[in-house]
Amino acid sequence: MILIEGKDITLGYEGQGIISGLSFSVEDGDYLCIVGENGSGKSTFVKTVLGLVEPLKGTISYRGGLKKNEIGYLPQQSGIQRDFPSSVLEVVLSGCLNRRKRLFGYTADEKKKALLELERLGMNRERNASFQELSGGQQQRVLLARALMATEKLIFLDEPVTGLDPKTSSELYEIVDELNRGGITIMMVTHDIHPALNDARTILHLSQGRYFFGSKEEYFRSDLGRMFMKEAGHDHH
Amino acid sequence: MIITEILSYPFLVRALLVGILVSVSASLLGVSLVLRRFSMIGDGLSHVGFGALGVAAFLSLPPMAVTVPVVIAAAVVLLHLSSRRKGGGDSAIALISSSALAIGVIAVSAAGVNTDLNAFLFGSILSVSRSDAVVSLLISAVTLFSYSVFYHQIYATTFDPAFATATGIKTERYTALLSLLTALVIVVGMRILGSLLISSLIIFPSAVAMKLGKSYLSVSLIAAAESLIAFVLGFVSSYVFSLPTGASIVLVHLIIFALSVCLRHSIIVFRSHREMI
Repeated sequence: MILIEGKDITLGYEGQGIISGLSFSVEDGDYLCIVGENGSGKSTFVKTVLGLVEPLKGTISYRGGLKKNEIGYLPQQSGIQRDFPSSVLEVVLSGCLNRRKRLFGYTADEKKKALLELERLGMNRERNASFQELSGGQQQRVLLARALMATEKLIFLDEPVTGLDPKTSSELYEIVDELNRGGITIMMVTHDIHPALNDARTILHLSQGRYFFGSKEEYFRSDLGRMFMKEAGHDHH
Repeated sequence: MIITEILSYPFLVRALLVGILVSVSASLLGVSLVLRRFSMIGDGLSHVGFGALGVAAFLSLPPMAVTVPVVIAAAVVLLHLSSRRKGGGDSAIALISSSALAIGVIAVSAAGVNTDLNAFLFGSILSVSRSDAVVSLLISAVTLFSYSVFYHQIYATTFDPAFATATGIKTERYTALLSLLTALVIVVGMRILGSLLISSLIIFPSAVAMKLGKSYLSVSLIAAAESLIAFVLGFVSSYVFSLPTGASIVLVHLIIFALSVCLRHSIIVFRSHREMI
């Protein structure tokens, strides 16, 4: 079942196209890695999929019961303030704001779900801790829990390991992979080749004016894929 | 008792009531404004308010009718400038506020000796008239009501605008609401603290609360409580020692802030001490 489908899309800013003729689809249960150099249109792609900007041309459709504001989004860390006073539970609960029915406060069910998500990510003990006092890796787990509050279908991570040390990064990748094996569809923008190598099933590579979309195996045989691997120091030929 | 003595004068009761409500409203808005790095907007708006008051006095127009729309327009412009990271929001605010001050001072002096420049700059809470009180109460009630209804949306918009927008929260709408409420509270608060001191009502409570609170809810509650305590203490001490009301309130805020810094420090020292043992 396809959850998101983009057809013949032109991405760009203020009428300036970066990539045109882009078609892709995200299957239910897929693990899609979006890679590409800076300025290749990755962040515009993120905004377009989230519905924050319209594509210059083409259409993006959401299917399989997925609504536009039902994407569990993990934004780049740079957007969040470091000194913001907030408890972990407050952060996680804010994930389900988009489908709130009540005017004041959260329902008991929503609170229960927040605690469950924290437990799933191993952050249950820190639920009343101050978000700003957590380590970078713990903060990312909390933000993942918040994303899971927004949806159980699809999580969209934007450069999730920026600023994390290698050990914490691989722990985070492990969590993401586990979520994927549990049936959650993953889309991840990254400049890091490792999740693409290990866990991803599908690759979208954006490059100046061209792109690759296909399975990981096809990608490694493609020109773009071989170039990217070579630059990342994984050239075995 | 001093309190019963104060409560026996209707005009003091009116001033106390208006002051408490405006202080609490300003403190709640302040938490969000300070966290979004918008705290200087309060300062800029109060200077714009002063300019508008001066012009109103010069043209013999009703002060509120001129100040409210001008300050709301300024709030929209300033928030827009500050949201654009590259736009140099700081310098824009400084330019606008000093120009507004200049226009105000010239207008006031041209209006003649009848206008009390001192009251414009430093406030005069005791001159709060019955109609002023009604307007202030209304505006505070609207602020407190919308803040509590949209509390979670304002939290999400402040904490992480990118996520909030992506999950379908209309962040621009809540930013606009925030600036509208700020403009209204500043216009009302200027009568009490004057345009030079009003921004303390916005900044001090959240500065204190952020030293002490860990969650957003506790920060909001501490800010509201601090603003209430500081206003009442400042008000009473200005009555007892015959000091200017606005300045006394700001000084009480400063003292509480200093205490909270000390408290925060001793908590940190105590914690590290305990960890060492």
